Amino acid sequence: MNATLAREAVRTGNRKSGAAADRLFHLITAAAACFVLLLLGGAALSMAWGGRLAFETFGARFVTNVDWDVPASQFGALVPIYGTLVTSAIALIIAVPVSIGIALFLTDIAPRWSRGPIAIAIELLAAIPSIIYGMWGLFVFAPFMARHVEPWLSNHLGNAAIIGPLFSGPPIGIGMLTAGIVLGIMVIPFIAAVAREVFNAVPAPLKESAVALGSTRWEILSRVTLPYTRSAIIGAIFLGLGRALGETMAVTFVLGNAHDLSASLLMPSNSIAAAIANEFTEADTDLYRSSLIALAFLLFVVTLIVLTIAKLLLLRINRQLGRTS
Amino acid sequence: MNRMVIALPLATLLAACSGNAGNGSESAAGVTGAGSTFVYPVLSAWAADYKKQGGADINYQSIGSGGGIAQVKAATVDFGATDQPLDSADLAQSKLAQFPIVIGGIVPVINVGGIAPGKLRLTGPLLADIYAGRVKKWNDPAITTINPGVALPATDIAVVHRSDGSGTTFNFTHYLSQVSPGWKSGPGEGKTVKWPVGVGGKGNEGVAGYVKQIANSIGYVEYAYVVQNRMSFASLQNSAGNFVSPSAQSFSSAAESADWSHARDFNLVMTNAPGANAYPLTATTFILMPKQPVNKANSDAAIAFFRYALAKGQAEAGKLDYVPLPAPLAQQVAAYIGANIK
Repeated sequence: MNATLAREAVRTGNRKSGAAADRLFHLITAAAACFVLLLLGGAALSMAWGGRLAFETFGARFVTNVDWDVPASQFGALVPIYGTLVTSAIALIIAVPVSIGIALFLTDIAPRWSRGPIAIAIELLAAIPSIIYGMWGLFVFAPFMARHVEPWLSNHLGNAAIIGPLFSGPPIGIGMLTAGIVLGIMVIPFIAAVAREVFNAVPAPLKESAVALGSTRWEILSRVTLPYTRSAIIGAIFLGLGRALGETMAVTFVLGNAHDLSASLLMPSNSIAAAIANEFTEADTDLYRSSLIALAFLLFVVTLIVLTIAKLLLLRINRQLGRTS
Repeated sequence: MNRMVIALPLATLLAACSGNAGNGSESAAGVTGAGSTFVYPVLSAWAADYKKQGGADINYQSIGSGGGIAQVKAATVDFGATDQPLDSADLAQSKLAQFPIVIGGIVPVINVGGIAPGKLRLTGPLLADIYAGRVKKWNDPAITTINPGVALPATDIAVVHRSDGSGTTFNFTHYLSQVSPGWKSGPGEGKTVKWPVGVGGKGNEGVAGYVKQIANSIGYVEYAYVVQNRMSFASLQNSAGNFVSPSAQSFSSAAESADWSHARDFNLVMTNAPGANAYPLTATTFILMPKQPVNKANSDAAIAFFRYALAKGQAEAGKLDYVPLPAPLAQQVAAYIGANIK
């Protein structure tokens, strides 16, 4: 009876106002989406505008120059860009396998009673402020690296072919490797939490069919779960990468904040975010301040490039798989 | 030390929020100042005492010397504080008066197993060579010859410097430039320079933290951090040829031997002072105030506060490991304030 009434109402009286509400809803959502674009464009433009003096003065050399010499007013962004990319790469190399392992364990392997507590523990890890990671990195992890890990690395790998230069240098515990590992630990909860949700969303019939066909657990993971969730997992990884690229406090503590370009991962370096945090308050010439804002703009550009590459990669994987299957 | 960690970002925030507070208000209820982080502990102690005795509220934001100079030039605060003095031309152009308020020292701190505080001796040129990366090992002959009887390891020297711009770095590099031609023509002097080697810690607490965590390291921090953290330090050879440990006495003897009476607007960096017992890395914090203030009431209240600090606050400074201005200098400053600030 009620249902009939409702249908009647929609068909006759409320049709017009319903259409108007729909249009309004459409406008509101579109405005929300445009707001993000506006914000993004505004942020990019204001950074480019703030950094224009640096770009005008140094041109393309700003990106390729290694020097960061404040008294001589020579500014080059290569070291911070390099440090940012290398530490983030180390972070992902560590965080991706661990996070996916955690997520798979939680969705498919762990006994049901233990899943809740472990999931909550991961979310708690994500809630720890980054300065705590930084202090832990400086007071606990860096001395551990200096005493136990880095001497071993430079003794055993320091003279090896090809990878040798990556692991040479004095073991001081502060540097790109330590910063990368701390960053890795910081992004694990982000990737793991999303990956767990995604793996949970794999339809049970798919997995059950695989079991029915006699698949082992490994085959289910590698042939069903991972391919099904591929794009969402890559999304999760890039969420983590985004955090790693922009992380400031923790990196400032353990990266060494030195504008030196070195192949060795044991040597101190600088990152874009750390350089800005360290130097902005005392940047008292226009060119210095402008160079720091230009650095921020470059971080924006670097992130954009990395995300674009990720999207293209995803597109290519999807196309190839579409062709073969 | 911890309060500095918290105070810095907080102060920056406050500075952003209350930038206009000192401008329009009629009464002298809120005197605002900004600048040097070096002077923050003693200034806030003075401000608390001053208020207890019925004085005005002094709100000081330790945002760094550069920020302090910028804010006082823009007249968003009633006074600025800087560890690097401005020259007379700059002061005249921006119509500012400048005077010293308190003295402190910068100390080379070390973390080399088994070496007690003050046992390691360094000369200025040697310190410059270490920071330039020319002397790389602790058992380098340049170090061992002036340190007979000190067991120095055959390890690399891990150099720690400041990563942020700072008046401490200005005084340190100014000293290295005075004593080492190679340093002067190389990295030179400034609130931050292009460091040839080493890792950078943010703030005094950052450098102190790195030196404590990295074995066989050397850094430089303000004296208060050495005392509070019980760090090991090196004694330095002064221009008279004596090796001097940092202490209130050696800082004051540097302040007394410096030629203040001929320094226009007190534009004098005290490093490498000539006295026989003078500590060579002695530094000063300067107050900057507009000669014709926009807000007369606030400016008068600030002057009253600084007169109080010069007369009664200098003993308090000693308790916080700063050094009082020598009496003749304090009188000179009081006369300068009266003559220059309307």
